[in-house]
Amino acid sequence: MRKMDLANEVFEKTGISKKEASDIVEIILNTVKETLHAGEIVKIAGFGNFVVRSKKLRKGRNPKTGEEIDIAPRRVITFRPSQVFKSYVNQTAVSGTQEGSSQSQSPAA
Amino acid sequence: MTKAELIERVSEKIQGLTKRQTEVIVNSVFNSIKESLAKGNKIEIRGFGSFRIRQRRQRDGRNPKTGISVSVPAKRVPFFKAGKELKEMVDKKV
Repeated sequence: MRKMDLANEVFEKTGISKKEASDIVEIILNTVKETLHAGEIVKIAGFGNFVVRSKKLRKGRNPKTGEEIDIAPRRVITFRPSQVFKSYVNQTAVSGTQEGSSQSQSPAA
Repeated sequence: MTKAELIERVSEKIQGLTKRQTEVIVNSVFNSIKESLAKGNKIEIRGFGSFRIRQRRQRDGRNPKTGISVSVPAKRVPFFKAGKELKEMVDKKV
């Protein structure tokens, strides 16, 4: 699934025009990006958190030559899926094999 | 930034949509990603990143409080990998 497919789903679910849907998907993604760029955490309830973490300088090694090099301090993104997302992905996995015990997973609003 | 704030910021950038409508759209974007992953499809968004499923094998764990060992069942976990552009954006020293 690519950005266009995402826009198409939005179009089908909401009934706004295709052009609008793809513009808005773009704006949503850009807003998330800008926020992360500013170093701010993005928390989407029911989905997960995008967290910016700072990595300290550490020594690495070129695996080919064995030469030791510095890995500069940098900032990276980690995504921590929410509990809802994690169980959602597993529920549908077992639903095909009929062994899913019906857990009471009422996603709290 | 919470989802409510995201909706707020997005609706400021768009004319002609109410906050309520923006909310429906924001929800449908994240729900589509979830549904697509649950179906086993991966999502690749240029400049942003990709979502895919990672399989975790069954393993033996331990209750840290009691020390009793338990088996942790195999499971699937959502995984996000930041795209090149997002990676570079975040790493830029502000």
